[in-house]
Amino acid sequence: MFVLVEMMDTVRIPPWQFEMKLNDSIAEELNKKLANKVVYNVGLCICLYDITKLEDSYIFPGDGASHTKVHFRYVVFHPFLDEILIGEIKGCSQDGVHVSLGFFDDIVIPPESLQQPAKFDEAEQVWVWEYETEEGAHDLYMDTGEEIRFRIVDESFVDTSPTGPSSTEASTSGATEEVQKKEAPYTLVGSISEPGLGLLSWWTNS
Amino acid sequence: MHNFLFSRKDANAALLSNFEVFQLLTDLKQQRKDSGKHKQSSGQQNLNTIMYETLKYISKTPCRFQSPEIVRDFLIAMKGHKLTKAEKLQLLNHRPMTAVEIQLMVEESEERLTEEQIESLLQTVSSVLPGNPAEELQKQATTAAEEDDDPE
Repeated sequence: MFVLVEMMDTVRIPPWQFEMKLNDSIAEELNKKLANKVVYNVGLCICLYDITKLEDSYIFPGDGASHTKVHFRYVVFHPFLDEILIGEIKGCSQDGVHVSLGFFDDIVIPPESLQQPAKFDEAEQVWVWEYETEEGAHDLYMDTGEEIRFRIVDESFVDTSPTGPSSTEASTSGATEEVQKKEAPYTLVGSISEPGLGLLSWWTNS
Repeated sequence: MHNFLFSRKDANAALLSNFEVFQLLTDLKQQRKDSGKHKQSSGQQNLNTIMYETLKYISKTPCRFQSPEIVRDFLIAMKGHKLTKAEKLQLLNHRPMTAVEIQLMVEESEERLTEEQIESLLQTVSSVLPGNPAEELQKQATTAAEEDDDPE
């Protein structure tokens, strides 16, 4: 689920950090900029792996800070398509089952990818697998807090960078703007519609 | 630092095992504890959060019992099985104990693996990769007790 991504950036070191070793101050700036942030079309950045190349540092007129072009590798969370992961059920809604890994929360298993037949229990707000045996249907609840094994079937990146004021849309899009602001920059779509997938408790023979 | 990088052809990305990330974060955590300064500065909060949460997650997976030697032995043991890098990575990260799990992680397993091969894979996985020591001890104790109960 983790990958090493080669990146390049120009890092600005303010003068009061000149006493630090360059590698240390650069590492700190890179982590400050990227850790726990989603980079569009790359994934969720975890931490710096190493610095592969440092080019010369320059000081520009009017700015006392140094600017250094850095080539580095960063550890990024980006599961591959079809990868199997284990997470915890955060809750259920009409959209499906929401799963979290703790450090990453935006995983959803849509209703059509649940073990079938499935129904949504409105009262308890929980999805239920109506598992059929010879004795009849056995309701298996997908409760919050349960560990769940799922397969990654899709991902989507949304560019959440600010777009600036839009005067023409201001009157009608008050509501849509709200929804847009809450969209996660990186979402994963999972599936549990195969043998072995779903709650771990469904498949252990103990 | 040991590199067990599974390289991927697309993008500038190489796959990392959970163990490698676990090692990296554990070392980084120790380094930051030793240096003592800067941890509470506003800029470092994101790093603190992501390190804490990621370590918390991967510490619950089989990688916490692994070492560079174990990972190396595992890759050597996997050589005969003709699996792709992504498949070997999943076996390493999950330490599957059942045929059903193997079938989930190996693409088109019905066509590529016979029942005996799946058994052999399970054997290799459970013997090379350590599981939870407490569970292992308990399992050994139960099998010993069961053997004692069997009438001759």
